[in-house]
Amino acid sequence: MLTFQCPYCGVQADETELHAGGEAHLTRHGPGSSDKDFEAYLFMRQNPKGVHFERWRHVNGCGKWFHAARCTMTLEVFGAYPAQTTEPPKRILDVITSKRPGWTWRELS
Amino acid sequence: MLLNGLAGFEPMKRYSAFAIAREALSGHKNWERAWRNAQPKRRYDVVIVGAGGHGLATAYYLGKNFGITNVAVIEKGWLGGGNTGRNTTIIRSNYLQDPSAAIYEKARALYETLSQDLNYNVMFSPRGVMMLAQTEHEVRGYQRTAHANALQGVETRFITPREVKEIVPIINLDGPRYPVLGALWQERAGTARHDAVAWGYARACSAMGMDIIQKCEVIGVRQEGGRVTGVQTTKGDIACEKLGIVVAGHSGDLAAMAGFRLPLESVPLQALVSEPIKPIMDCVVMANTVHGYMSQSDKGEMVIGGGTDGYNAYTQRGSFHHIEETVRALIETFPMVSRLKMLRQWGGIVDVTGDRSPILSKTPLEGCFINAGWGTGGFKAIPGSGWGFAELMARGHSPLCEEFSMWRFGEGKFIDESLAAGVAH
Repeated sequence: MLTFQCPYCGVQADETELHAGGEAHLTRHGPGSSDKDFEAYLFMRQNPKGVHFERWRHVNGCGKWFHAARCTMTLEVFGAYPAQTTEPPKRILDVITSKRPGWTWRELS
Repeated sequence: MLLNGLAGFEPMKRYSAFAIAREALSGHKNWERAWRNAQPKRRYDVVIVGAGGHGLATAYYLGKNFGITNVAVIEKGWLGGGNTGRNTTIIRSNYLQDPSAAIYEKARALYETLSQDLNYNVMFSPRGVMMLAQTEHEVRGYQRTAHANALQGVETRFITPREVKEIVPIINLDGPRYPVLGALWQERAGTARHDAVAWGYARACSAMGMDIIQKCEVIGVRQEGGRVTGVQTTKGDIACEKLGIVVAGHSGDLAAMAGFRLPLESVPLQALVSEPIKPIMDCVVMANTVHGYMSQSDKGEMVIGGGTDGYNAYTQRGSFHHIEETVRALIETFPMVSRLKMLRQWGGIVDVTGDRSPILSKTPLEGCFINAGWGTGGFKAIPGSGWGFAELMARGHSPLCEEFSMWRFGEGKFIDESLAAGVAH
């Protein structure tokens, strides 16, 4: 069972206490953007085999949204971090690099 | 090499009652291989990636309907070893939207005569599929589907709790949490032997001279001037005129090799099976509100399907609390299964689109076609999907596939099946 430590309330929460909210660090395109950007924001996803960044909500706890890094092949959790950021903090990236040498962070649009 | 090539064109011996008698004379030691385990040639007219049901059906209808037999079906693992061998074998076509009803009903109709067509017993059993309505919302939803099906020419009807109890005596109608308020009943829906579907198509493809190449992983897609020219594999380069990608959960990887993105996410979907028991239920019952569905196999095992996980994963097992929810719901609906022992549990990786409908489409790479996004309900569609996708690959357009373009998301032309396909299949 997946467990994350909620970066807000500090609780070690398992997945029954959480709600998965899909891919993190999407660039939000809205009115005024091109059709292609809007489509990509709404529907196109990384769907990686390996390191993935996601939004999770501590729904049966403090109720806050946070981000987490996880491996989709092994379900290994690399860490969780507050959601008020456009890219993962260095601390998380370092953990991933130590466990997945040669790994690179995807290009940010 | 030449001999091998020619051997493929020899008609295989037909399976029949007479064949059983004939082979019995030699102690059943001389049955020929059902299909040739081929090695790749340098070049084919069409290469299909993925030897699951959809890929093999595509190859079969390319040969049967369009006379294209210089075809290779290449597979990373073994034939039918992905979701084709992991699903709960349900076949139905009671969808809401017209394009879905068309392709699923085509598939269901083809299943009726598939055993004769392939000369391979796929054990299609039109035992009826019942989708329980357990909330007022579901009652209205399924009544609407029944009306839509009437207009589409798909035979379904909304039945009362009393009729439900007549068809499935072991059901508990009274809840307490989820009373049965009615059901959408499709009498001509049912199940089939999932492995046999893959094996039957493989045998028929092989008999037409096609190569089925197992343990051959695609590691790159070759292109020139915006046109596909072949694939790089672990067994060397294979050139082709046209490429069909039919790899379910791994579509994103193949699409990346071909240089485009897909609106798909891969999640685990779970199923489990009980010890064999005497016959207790002769149809398929699905309960979408509580995320569970059940049928009884010919061996007597109860085959149970659950829900998908809420997050991306490629683990082919799924999370424990989902299976717990499924079983809890089933015990409430079928109290008699509470003492059943479960034999095994497994997961498959399903690729899900934003509108829960598949993608059968041309791609930005000319000559490259994609068949993906069947999500939680691919097995039932195999013959229809193969039929339509073969037409798309051979002719460049197909009425069955027209609405399932990969560009429909940008155009806002969704085929919204979240009610019919969001969870259970």
